[in-house]
Amino acid sequence: MTAAIDETSLADAAEHGLTDDEYALILTILNRPPNRTELGIYSVMWSEHCSYKSSRRWLKTLPTEAPWVIQGPGENAGVVDIGDGLAAVFKMESHNHPSFIEPYQGAATGVGGILRDVFTMGARPIANLNALRFGAPDHPKTRHLVAGVVAGIGGYGNCVGVPTVGGETNFHSAYNGNILVNAMTVGLAKADRIFYSAAAGVGNPVVYVGSKTGRDGIHGATMASAEFSEGSEEKRPTVQVGDPFTEKLLIEACMELMATDAIIAIQDMGAAGLTSSSVEMADKGGCGIELDLDLVPCRETAMTAYEIMLSESQERMLMVLRPGREEIARAIFEKWELDFAVIGRVTDTGHLVLRKDGTVVADLRVAPLVDQAPNYDRPWVKTPEAPEAGANDFPLPDSPENVLKKLLASPDLASKAWIHDQYDSQVMADTVAGPGLAEGGDAAVVRIHGTGRALAMTTDCTPRYCKADPERGGAQAVAEAWRNLIAAGARPLAITDNMNFGNPEKLPIMGQFVGAIEGMRNACEALDFPVVSGNVSLYNETDGEAILPTPAIGGVGVIDDLHRHMTPRLKQSGETLILIGKTRGHVGCSIYLQQLFDLEHHRPPPIELAAERRAGDLVRWLIGRGLVSAVHDLSDGGLYVTLAEMALAGGIGADLEVPADTPIQAWLFGEDQGRYLISTGEPEAALQRAAAMSVPCQLVGRTGGDALTLNGANAISLVELREAHESFLPDLMARTH
Amino acid sequence: MKSCVIVFPGSNCDRDLATALALVTGTPPLMVWHGDTDLPDVDLIGVPGGFSYGDYLRCGAMAARSPIMRSLIDAAERGVHVIGICNGFQVLTEIGLLSGALMRNQNLSFIGKSIDLSIETCQSPFTSAYSEGSTVSFPIAHHDGNYFADEETLDRLEGDGLVAFRYIANPNGSQRDIAGILNPERTVLGLMPHPERVVDPILGKPDGRALFDSLIGALS
Repeated sequence: MTAAIDETSLADAAEHGLTDDEYALILTILNRPPNRTELGIYSVMWSEHCSYKSSRRWLKTLPTEAPWVIQGPGENAGVVDIGDGLAAVFKMESHNHPSFIEPYQGAATGVGGILRDVFTMGARPIANLNALRFGAPDHPKTRHLVAGVVAGIGGYGNCVGVPTVGGETNFHSAYNGNILVNAMTVGLAKADRIFYSAAAGVGNPVVYVGSKTGRDGIHGATMASAEFSEGSEEKRPTVQVGDPFTEKLLIEACMELMATDAIIAIQDMGAAGLTSSSVEMADKGGCGIELDLDLVPCRETAMTAYEIMLSESQERMLMVLRPGREEIARAIFEKWELDFAVIGRVTDTGHLVLRKDGTVVADLRVAPLVDQAPNYDRPWVKTPEAPEAGANDFPLPDSPENVLKKLLASPDLASKAWIHDQYDSQVMADTVAGPGLAEGGDAAVVRIHGTGRALAMTTDCTPRYCKADPERGGAQAVAEAWRNLIAAGARPLAITDNMNFGNPEKLPIMGQFVGAIEGMRNACEALDFPVVSGNVSLYNETDGEAILPTPAIGGVGVIDDLHRHMTPRLKQSGETLILIGKTRGHVGCSIYLQQLFDLEHHRPPPIELAAERRAGDLVRWLIGRGLVSAVHDLSDGGLYVTLAEMALAGGIGADLEVPADTPIQAWLFGEDQGRYLISTGEPEAALQRAAAMSVPCQLVGRTGGDALTLNGANAISLVELREAHESFLPDLMARTH
Repeated sequence: MKSCVIVFPGSNCDRDLATALALVTGTPPLMVWHGDTDLPDVDLIGVPGGFSYGDYLRCGAMAARSPIMRSLIDAAERGVHVIGICNGFQVLTEIGLLSGALMRNQNLSFIGKSIDLSIETCQSPFTSAYSEGSTVSFPIAHHDGNYFADEETLDRLEGDGLVAFRYIANPNGSQRDIAGILNPERTVLGLMPHPERVVDPILGKPDGRALFDSLIGALS
């Protein structure tokens, strides 16, 4: 035993982000002080990032099962059956702190990490999406961060050759000191060829492939588990550096090897690198692993065991191979010019044993690293109920067309073409609807290669709702993802969640987390839309200021007949516009109040889940029967903004009716949930079906012309709206001061 | 028409080109690894888009030195047709089969969007099925598509009718709005936009189809 070589103390533990109690527990488990390498291993395994110690008990309350779920949370990514022997594999993950410190590499390695989570499972990545939240547009750091993050996402995804097909971008001062970069990857696999991470078979070789290990990213997981303060840029050395070219080779080499029978288990080296991959593989397999660290391919000389185990160098994988298959695997990785090394063996000891220079440098029982990780029941307080805003309380301060123009040019609603024009959204030649295409939509649509079917995918969250009412906000994020998939003509299947919150040790923040989970659970249950994977990012605070609670939801659905996918683009003049779902005129927490009155503390709209489901089922039915030519769900900005987006996409105007019995601001800009606007040439059939399905429905206008009008008046041309909509971001990014 | 597609480490439009060729010709092309030295007997060699060798050093520079390139140059000199798309265009300029070079986009950013092009000549086996002067829309997706050549070369390209595609609204700073060029024998085409992504109508207006139809007409 070598525990005495460099025995650690309480002070070392604190430096590693462990509390006194956590260190005491380690002493009890080991019955001795850990050495520095062992302490490093414990600190990353028990970090918030790896152990989910503040969130675990709450995440467990989310529904994770459905007949089509093949693999729920707990593996590298979630897996759902999409029929025809195929499975969709997907997950969303945050790279918030690194992206704030070094936006290009932080965002790039976020994309790289989530790609690996998906192809580790045996799936070829077919699409990337990104949910981004930046600070106020006029904050001095915002433009630098936007430019860097977007270039980083593009730099990685474009090179790897996976299309970036969607996502969302918000701006809010609450993210000034702590941006959010949540990356999602969707992959495609054979349903009976999913790869898992449980090691098995005593004596089987443990193999390291990919890039060499360097000193980058050490303690990334620990950094991601602490608050920021002024001077956080000094943490730049903890940010990893991405190499998308190597990732591309790694994808192709893994896909080639996965077509053989060589792999027993495979796990990417993500947060906490070799430590978490080896521990997780041993723990899931109920076995032990011995590694000889002298055999690990290193980029730098004289790396210590501590550095090798905690490095977060990118583009690396750990595998357990069937005995005798080493040479098949080695030939494939050498063909792709990647490192390949047998670095250890599976054992039956239940221990992780590390050797370096011929001596044992760490010897830890695997199970306690995972099972005995702290599982806190953090105290919390419920978010106080927000005040309601009355439909009549905030009359239009300007003409409706001018308000519309202002909203379309507002940061959250303005065109994001400046961003997605830097992404390759069409590589792989299967993107049917995406942001760079004529057919953009509520959800991106990507064909399942070689078939007439497609996957629809989206990311959604309305953080200002979550701040004002976490429960409604959590439910709304799930419902909007579901609605976006419905509007694309898809059958929604499941979600991945990326829970971004502040410091969970603060009672109100933990209360936001608990509330959001509650709302999400209700929505997932009511919509049969289970959670299959996810990620938690806490401590998103700088100098004590927390971000808006942001449970970003990534949703995936399947479209069985590609010719029946739907988009919001108005395609035909002279059609009837029908508003599906109930309009009550809820203006609280709307973009209208935010932009015109600088208010966002009112209660957000309620989510009526039974009505939501009925409305969605109706829209799917209408799309499936070919009775509609355009569909758009109503979200930020309400009815008038929704119509404007449909009109701008199609270059066709419309006249909208304004009823006498609803305040005009509530009718045009209220954000009642569970609603869709459809354009149809067969309104009678649509109305009949709506009545049969007990879904409120009303005729609200007609398509045609090159302007938007209200009851035939208040004309504003599409040209003028387009100019307002498209200039915000290019103007912002072109500013020189 | 028999065809093959070269695959370099980092190619990522090899499958897209193969899919388009298979759709149009009915036969999937042979995929040729960059490390091989012999090319199969084909009528058309495709050099695909992507990031061969990560675009490290200089786009296409390392791929240009792959073992297969000797055979590719020999084949091109024998008159075998070659198409280089995006990164493939960069590779073809690096090995000297086409004139000029592709520099970083003028705005220094990657540009990924659909863009309008004019068909500048139908006098080639790649463009005969288009009508001269017509406008087509192909996607572009590149960081280094800013075509550069000296004035004399540009004058020669234009004088000999070797400019095949021109941007209607120049996105990247290319000299004389050049998007794609031919070699003097009109057997080699290089272009930055991606016709292979717009062959299947489900993916949008199939403006790329005529390029492949032209090749079938000329080479079958």
